[in-house]
Amino acid sequence: MQTTSDEVLISRIAAGDRLAMQVLYARHHVRVYRFVLRLVRNEATAEDLISEVFLDIWRQAGKFEGRSAASTWMLSIARFKALSTLRRGPEDELDDETAVRIEDHADDPETTLAKKEKGSLLRQCLTKLSADHREIIDLVYYHEKSVEEVAEIVGIPEATVKTRMFYARKKLSELLKEQGLDRGWP
Amino acid sequence: MNATRQEAPERREIEELLPWHAAGTLSRRDAQRVEEALARDPELAHRYALVREELGETIHLNESLGAPSARAMEKLFAAIDAEPARRQAASLNFGTRISEFFASLSPRTLAWSAGAAAVAILLQAGLLTGIMLNETKTSGYQTASAPTADPGVGAFTLIRFAPQASSDDITRFLEANKLSIAAGPMAGGLYKVRVAVTGIPKAELARIVKKLQEDKVVSFIATIE
Repeated sequence: MQTTSDEVLISRIAAGDRLAMQVLYARHHVRVYRFVLRLVRNEATAEDLISEVFLDIWRQAGKFEGRSAASTWMLSIARFKALSTLRRGPEDELDDETAVRIEDHADDPETTLAKKEKGSLLRQCLTKLSADHREIIDLVYYHEKSVEEVAEIVGIPEATVKTRMFYARKKLSELLKEQGLDRGWP
Repeated sequence: MNATRQEAPERREIEELLPWHAAGTLSRRDAQRVEEALARDPELAHRYALVREELGETIHLNESLGAPSARAMEKLFAAIDAEPARRQAASLNFGTRISEFFASLSPRTLAWSAGAAAVAILLQAGLLTGIMLNETKTSGYQTASAPTADPGVGAFTLIRFAPQASSDDITRFLEANKLSIAAGPMAGGLYKVRVAVTGIPKAELARIVKKLQEDKVVSFIATIE
């Protein structure tokens, strides 16, 4: 079955098609929400931001030129909104309860205890990374963005994307080591 | 001293690509380089295993984050409803229609069009002269964007787009030059493209064709007389 491409939906949105907006929202809102939540670390703030992000998509649809993937364009808007919010209010920056709750239901009963503990520890350390490092790891691993797309979203050169990812992973290993898990690298 | 800084630049370069290799977002060429390096370097293969662990747990972590409530959607559409009305959705702009047209073609159809274009190119010059332009003597140049124009009236050219031009490239080209596709694809991957909603003098048409010919998305263009 062929589905309408994101680019076509955005063109329709530019012409004021509300239904196209509903389809685009249904298709992308969860991933965009998770990207924002990982940045702002507050569920209520992230939920408010989602409405703002998609309202911006509605307003700016006519400017989308299709030079990059629609999801890359949407994540760029989401990132800008999230960082603007973080700059406005430091009280939104951290919500440790959210991070702790993430870990509470993260275990997989199918895996061995050792693997469970290692996985749980890894996820815990992923939440402890700096915002820059969390962001790049999520974009590469979860949002499946290429080097070029990450460079576009974050607004940094491609060489810096690779270096930043390397150091984010290195920091992750260091955090794991502090928790008693030596992975033998770096 | 940090061990990672002492390593050969080639290994470091490959190691930096491992996350994208694990996520499947490298170009074929880079993916092949990484595969070859992994096959001959056990230490690199060990580090790749670590990358795959991180990938799996990052996905696990994100998938555990849940989704926004229906409130977010309600708030969004309340805000959209409060926005000033736009031009009617039914009058989708020309770019949208072209995008949808290309999206509707299967890869096989597109491939066939490109292949047929290569075969038919030598036949086109003869064919073009056989198609009559519905030309009036009205002077002046008018754009092709008027939705009420009679599809059979106007000044036309035949265009074959370069095989490497994407649908986005073609859409931009058509919009930038205020052109519209009147028919096609025809044999040889040719499109009948309207350049004006009324007939225009031959000299003016020739000038427009010459200008369009310079665009890289155009592989072949000719006037219809």
